[in-house]
Amino acid sequence: MLSFNILVLVATLYVTFLFAVAFGADSRARQGRLGWLKSPFVYTLSLSIYTTAWTFYGAVGSAARNGLEFLAIYLGPTLVFVGWWWFLRKLVRIGRTHRITSIADLLSSRYGKSAGLAVVVTVLAVAGTTPYIALQLQSVALSFSVFAQIDEGSTAPGLQAIAFWVAAGLAVFTILFGTRTLDSNEQHHGVVMAIAVEAVVKLVALLSVGIFVVWGVANGPGDILARIDAADIDINSASGSRWVTLLLLSAAAIVCLPRMFQVTVVENSDEQHLRTASWAFPLYLFLMSLFVLPIAVMGLTEMPAGANPDLFVLTLPIFHDQDLLAMLVFLGGFSSATSMVIVATIALATMVSNHIVMPIFLYRSGANLQLSGDVRNVLILSRRFSIVAVLTLGYFYFRVTGGSSALASIGLIAFTGVAQVVPAMIGGLFWRGATRKGALAGLVAGFSLWIYTLFLPSFEGVWLMNAEVLLNGPFGISALRPQALLGMNDMDPLVHALIWSMGVNAVLFVVVSLMTFPSPLERLQGAQFVNVLELSQAEASWKSMSLETDDLLVMAQRVMGNDAAVTLFQRAAAEQGRQNAMPEPTREFVDHLERELAGSVGAATAHAMIGQLTGGASVSVEDLIAVADETAQIMEQSAQLEAKSRELVKTAAQLREANTKLTEISVQKDGFLSQISHELRTPMTSIRSFAEILRSGDKMEPADIRRFSGIIHDESQRLTRLLDELLDLSFLESGQATLNPSEGELSSLIDRALAAGISSTQTPQITIHRNEGREKIRVTTDLDRLSQVFINLASNAQKYCDATNPELTIRVARRDGQVSIDFADNGSGIAPDQRDIIFEKFSRLSDASAAGSAGLGLAICREIMRNLGGTIRYVPGKGGAAFRVTLPIA
Amino acid sequence: MSEQGNPKFLDVKSYRRKRWIDAARILPLVGAIGILMPLPFLFLATDDAQPALPLAIYFFVFWLALILAAFVMSYRLPREDDLTDG
Repeated sequence: MLSFNILVLVATLYVTFLFAVAFGADSRARQGRLGWLKSPFVYTLSLSIYTTAWTFYGAVGSAARNGLEFLAIYLGPTLVFVGWWWFLRKLVRIGRTHRITSIADLLSSRYGKSAGLAVVVTVLAVAGTTPYIALQLQSVALSFSVFAQIDEGSTAPGLQAIAFWVAAGLAVFTILFGTRTLDSNEQHHGVVMAIAVEAVVKLVALLSVGIFVVWGVANGPGDILARIDAADIDINSASGSRWVTLLLLSAAAIVCLPRMFQVTVVENSDEQHLRTASWAFPLYLFLMSLFVLPIAVMGLTEMPAGANPDLFVLTLPIFHDQDLLAMLVFLGGFSSATSMVIVATIALATMVSNHIVMPIFLYRSGANLQLSGDVRNVLILSRRFSIVAVLTLGYFYFRVTGGSSALASIGLIAFTGVAQVVPAMIGGLFWRGATRKGALAGLVAGFSLWIYTLFLPSFEGVWLMNAEVLLNGPFGISALRPQALLGMNDMDPLVHALIWSMGVNAVLFVVVSLMTFPSPLERLQGAQFVNVLELSQAEASWKSMSLETDDLLVMAQRVMGNDAAVTLFQRAAAEQGRQNAMPEPTREFVDHLERELAGSVGAATAHAMIGQLTGGASVSVEDLIAVADETAQIMEQSAQLEAKSRELVKTAAQLREANTKLTEISVQKDGFLSQISHELRTPMTSIRSFAEILRSGDKMEPADIRRFSGIIHDESQRLTRLLDELLDLSFLESGQATLNPSEGELSSLIDRALAAGISSTQTPQITIHRNEGREKIRVTTDLDRLSQVFINLASNAQKYCDATNPELTIRVARRDGQVSIDFADNGSGIAPDQRDIIFEKFSRLSDASAAGSAGLGLAICREIMRNLGGTIRYVPGKGGAAFRVTLPIA
Repeated sequence: MSEQGNPKFLDVKSYRRKRWIDAARILPLVGAIGILMPLPFLFLATDDAQPALPLAIYFFVFWLALILAAFVMSYRLPREDDLTDG
């Protein structure tokens, strides 16, 4: 017979062994020799914390009471894992991409890194999990007491003392292996390894009992099947609606329970492990439930009436004096309980410290993060504090409700509580339109309804809600009866609670999401989550421009520890190609760092911490819009600059043109000046020489004297004419010239001009073409001046036309109140580059045939026409030099 | 029908891969239907207690079949690096 003390000794040895396993795995992981620690089978076995002591012992009890109902608890998770391609794959990818640390972190991150949402989910998780932890403590204590009852001579301590020591031991284990590392993955290799070992122990234990029952107690499978067939297992006590409810609840629980989320998503080190787990985990569940029915049937038939069916697994071997088997079963149950408590505590502590303790700490320390001491220590301390707090809460819960049937049913109640996360979670993963407000509304409503319809009534009127309220509703309002809302009587309380809480939750979630508008960060995160399988990266990011790398390093050291932070920064620097230097705070780097930090403190907190350093809030689309605005402004300015610069280019071109013209004119002017000095000098020289001859020569013939003085006279006249022309031009230019308008006929004017301008002695004689009929136009203007223009043009034609048979065509036309007179010759015309300057003063083209002209003729013509209100211009394309004079006529 | 529409020229490998993904998506639905199917005529049966055994055997066999299907698929479904669809 097993003595209680031996049992305690064995349990202690077993725990020591687990410590060793955890320690060994942890050190291997620290040395980077992960090896089989990363095996998909370790991952699958760690998932087995789904089967807690509640299912380890309770499944048989459930089978004894409700027939096949226990199967639903296993079939729900089977469906989820078999359908991993739909949901788990996406969930795990998101968890890994965004460094999700808990289910609260997942929702917070999805809905715009909302701190409020994280707090609500954390509270919900604590409320749903604490009773569950109490349940495990109770089951361990109960299994101890089974042995204590048998070993009557021993001085076994009471249930509560056992529970206390178990809780204390678990706290030590969890603190040791759950908060040793604070690495960015939030993965605990030691813990995972230990629970994998425990998973094997509980499977072996249950299979052993099963084999013993089938082949040891009964006579093989045939006999056991016959016994099951004959047994009075009342499967009708379970209803179809309850079956569906349990399926849904267990399917939801496999991802929503904080501990399941921890092992499935957070501790996942390789997405491909899901591939193996998709069949291996259902297989594990299959094996765990394979012998449940035989054990239940044998217990019902073999054990004395009134024996607790929940303990058949343990009492059957004891009944048959199988001490070793009983010991194994005890260890199996112990394993189920402890592994669940350890992981649940880690998961809860992560949530509590990341979403409640750290935000409060950050808020209190204000913007003074760098001076406020070591964040890493604070983080670990808060994690440890949270672990102790969660376990203490569980223990006190057990003390208050221990032993009551209230605790026994807490498993499904907890499932229903955490399942409230489902709408927001699935909606968040598959629907971009899901908003933070919708999630919050659904969660709060579902959570409240769960408390009202299921959690409080589970105390059966003992605690908080009294029996009177339970029976007749608050204030006697029967429509508000917690277990029959709006008169929904005759319903299983669990089904009733699930329909109400989940129904209202889902409806509110959808309706509020449809009606509200998500914040920019929410939209970005939503797109990232929903499309995680299509695009892998690129999150809403920091502008980071105002960041100093030093500040980042200081903060990272405080959160991640010195070595990890330095390694991270060195790697980033190397990636940026900067050896032995700090990395640049580029967007990618800050994003990466934020994710690493999120692995330790959660997305919202990491975002807030980096936000403090960037000196701003998050970067959001608002910031991006501001940047876009600035960009738009810059673009507008640059467009203006461009326009101005275009204008400048135009002006510069004009200036260049003007300058070229000026230079040309200046050259012309220089030429003219030398010309005019020459022109003045030539007559002056001959006047002077002939005057000297006249003065000194006394024996001169009178004929010579006449000839000489004639020359002097002619030259003086030429000088005078030249000076007259200059004077005339300057008068015309300054507008001082006086006009004497009179009326005359154009044809006679041209007659006169040709007579004066065309010399009849010059050869070759120029031929004149005119249409006299068209010249019968009367004009009122300064006729002398106009004829001066005509004379000039006619004499120019004669002088410059280089054709062998020179011709001059004069054509008069009348249009639009103007008369135009063209003088066109048949010479070679004027080269295009010189057309601009022929009207300038002092201009004269080649000197070839320019005898006796100072180059003022056309300039004077232009000034005359300007004074007369008309124009004179060169007309190209007429076959030779052609000038058009236009004059307004009344 | 396009000129190159002859099925002979389909990329058989990628076609098979896509059909395995289809199968993986259908599997949980098949599972759910199989698990819920016995409801009407087993749980809702009114009169004398139904024998639990046939039902239990049905569930366990079906369960095992599901696990087997998942096992086969876990080797057939594409890995990340050769995945082309979303």
